[in-house]
Amino acid sequence: MEKEVVLTMRGICKSFPNVKALSNVDFTLRKGEIHALMGENGAGKSTLIKVLTGVYTKDEGEIRIDGIRDAISIRSPQEAQNYGISTVYQEITLCSNLTVAENMYIGRGTGATVKWREMEKQAGKLLDSLGIPARPKQQLGSCSLAVQQMVAIARAVDTDCKVLILDEPTSSLDDKEVGMLFSLMRDLKERGVGIIFVTHFLEQVYEVSDRITVLRNGELVGEYEVENLPQVELVAKMMGKELEGLAVIKKDRQTDRSDAEVLYEAQDLSSTQSRPFDFHIDKGEVNGFTGLLGSGRSESVRAIFGADRVTGGKVKMNGKSVKITKPIQAMKQGIGYLPENRRQDGIIADLSVRDNIILALQVMKGFFHPFSKAQAEAFADEYIKALDIKTASSDTPIKSLSGGNQQKVILARWLLTHPQYLILDEPTRGIDVGTKTEIQKLVLKLAEEGMSVTFISSEIEEMLRTCSRLIVMRDRKIVGELTGDDLTQDHVMITIAGGEK
Amino acid sequence: MEKAKSKRSFVPANYSQLLIPLIAIFLLVIFNLIRDPGFFSIGIAANNNGYPVLQGNLVSILNGASELVILSMGMTLVTAASGGQDISVGALAAIAGSVFVKVLKSGAITGWSVIGGFILCCIVAMIFGAFNGTLVANFRIQPMIATLILFTCGRSVAYWINGGATPTVESPIITAIGSFIPGIPIPTPILIVIVTGIIFALIFRFTNLGLYVQTVGINQGAARLNGINSVWIKLLAFIILGACCSIAGMINVCRLSLINHETILINIEMDAILAVAIGGNSLGGGKFRMVGSVLGAYAIQMLTITLYAMKVPSTDVKAYKAIVIIILVVLGSPVVKEALSRFWNRLSRNRQPVRAGKGAE
Repeated sequence: MEKEVVLTMRGICKSFPNVKALSNVDFTLRKGEIHALMGENGAGKSTLIKVLTGVYTKDEGEIRIDGIRDAISIRSPQEAQNYGISTVYQEITLCSNLTVAENMYIGRGTGATVKWREMEKQAGKLLDSLGIPARPKQQLGSCSLAVQQMVAIARAVDTDCKVLILDEPTSSLDDKEVGMLFSLMRDLKERGVGIIFVTHFLEQVYEVSDRITVLRNGELVGEYEVENLPQVELVAKMMGKELEGLAVIKKDRQTDRSDAEVLYEAQDLSSTQSRPFDFHIDKGEVNGFTGLLGSGRSESVRAIFGADRVTGGKVKMNGKSVKITKPIQAMKQGIGYLPENRRQDGIIADLSVRDNIILALQVMKGFFHPFSKAQAEAFADEYIKALDIKTASSDTPIKSLSGGNQQKVILARWLLTHPQYLILDEPTRGIDVGTKTEIQKLVLKLAEEGMSVTFISSEIEEMLRTCSRLIVMRDRKIVGELTGDDLTQDHVMITIAGGEK
Repeated sequence: MEKAKSKRSFVPANYSQLLIPLIAIFLLVIFNLIRDPGFFSIGIAANNNGYPVLQGNLVSILNGASELVILSMGMTLVTAASGGQDISVGALAAIAGSVFVKVLKSGAITGWSVIGGFILCCIVAMIFGAFNGTLVANFRIQPMIATLILFTCGRSVAYWINGGATPTVESPIITAIGSFIPGIPIPTPILIVIVTGIIFALIFRFTNLGLYVQTVGINQGAARLNGINSVWIKLLAFIILGACCSIAGMINVCRLSLINHETILINIEMDAILAVAIGGNSLGGGKFRMVGSVLGAYAIQMLTITLYAMKVPSTDVKAYKAIVIIILVVLGSPVVKEALSRFWNRLSRNRQPVRAGKGAE
């Protein structure tokens, strides 16, 4: 029972200077299906989407869409829209200061005048029929992120939409909101819209998708029915190798740390963003802060590094009292900090990979002691090799690397300073499975070599795999500490949920 | 990878930003050579003091651009670090020049008083630079607004310094700085530019100023998390620009042997900003190449001299200048750049033997 095909892409090729982003990729979308597009970072997902939406023009290949006999060429997002291809991006691209109805119809009028009443009626009807809990006259900014996302989708589907592209729509939503979004997606599917679903979350793919197309290194790996592709196999296909390690890396080292020396100790440490807390970490220990978003876990590690203004507390490093109120002081004490928000706080977008790698060490060395070009080059090459950073050269601006590789560059930046204590806040967010595993392995290896690491991740399994001690936070307070046999998902959940000691 | 190589743009990315000022200079050179083949000929003639010195349009372009080049160097740093421009450089040069003249006028003009005068005017200008910098870095006022203060009041301050007079300073030493040092055929301002350029080169070589300024300009938050004090870096950029203003002010005073606080280096701030832009630097801050700004400054001066050589009335020069600048700025715009690189890609593809299989269209 082959369903009617709505979109075919054949032999799509696209190159950028230095990189072949897509080579000979095929993609088929049928009416009324949810089709997941999977691949690691740099696999070519976004490029394919951008070719389809007219942001990039393809070098070779043909695109056909249901209802038009000839192959079409899409030169701009507006043209894509006219062909019935709509996109909703990860970041919400609507205006939060306008009303829901205005957002749905803005820029779509044909005349110079706007029929407000008509518009609101139409919007109301559409919202009702899609079951979106928003009123037309409500200001968009007052809706939750999920509802805003849904409004964006409503806007997209209202224009005779055949193909709806959802690019990482769930990355900033919580579970309940994801559920709402999925039911909307299923609803649209019933109406015959073909949906392309791009995401990093494997579970979500299996929850809603009918079919999966996997890309790797700009090439098509294959198209599969969801039922015929177990999760492990999907991951293997995305990575291009059998899934080694991911399940295997488990703390086989015993967590008896009674004789370990304390490296860092904080008493009543507080910053403008965090409440006073006590914390310590041993030499060679990997521990982690866990808790829900907003529980204060990031704020706590930022206080340790002096990233926010420190307002009080005593800090000891190797048993000696030290003052850490600014990042530079923390760096001088041998502390490194990989920030949660890579784009905003991590990368220096326009600078080269080389400059991004040497930055922290260079700052520590001082304003009047720049590294020679050869020395900087040597450092960069060493870490590009060690961490297997995929970049055209060390001169390439970091912004043209994929997310996972950018993260590796930031990691390299701190490893180059040879810290005694490394804080990693969400090092694996938004990056591909392969790199995630690499980073987790790296953390354990560093600890083995005597480095202390504090690790934060939204994915509990990841924390359980890497940390030997978990500090659980709720409402900006530490509510528990789990070690040894207590390190199970259930225990963490219960502690987060309110088993206050 | 190998395949992609053939489509690489025809200039290494590092140097592509210098393309626009170089094209501008190249076109002006060609234009002038067609109009007058002898335009760039350099001759040696005796000057007023009887020494043989270099003469010709090329010399007067390089000489005349000196103040602008020095200011555009400093402006590049401020632009990169703060993401904004300092519009008070002309006013600050007037203040610096007035201080310089004030010192010279306080006694006989000797070598020492000239050096003392320069050091003092340099310090004063750096303090005013620090004032601008504090407003921008500590109080986070937009650079254009912050420097609007000094832009507005600077020439009045210069007026007070010399009690409202427009004194002349005449001395062989002043002439030596403003035109020629006896025995050296190259105009002194050109030498001062070279020295300033060397100083900047040494600063970039032996300090991390370049890396820090770019880091702060691109991502201030990340700069802080890497231990860079962005307030201090912005302040430093403004102080360095202050020093540049004092050098430019001194050159101009010596060139004219007088100071007129109302007209000295008037409107030069706009040319300095323009030089930075023509040099391919983003006025939004971040990555910069100082060479680009320098080339941009020379291109502007070459344009001015060309127009004068064509006997364009001085009242009309600005209008013609504007036309050329519009062309340059449009050429340097992202839209045109992209179109050009697409055009180049197509050319280079056509040059390759036609590959078997389906074509692009």
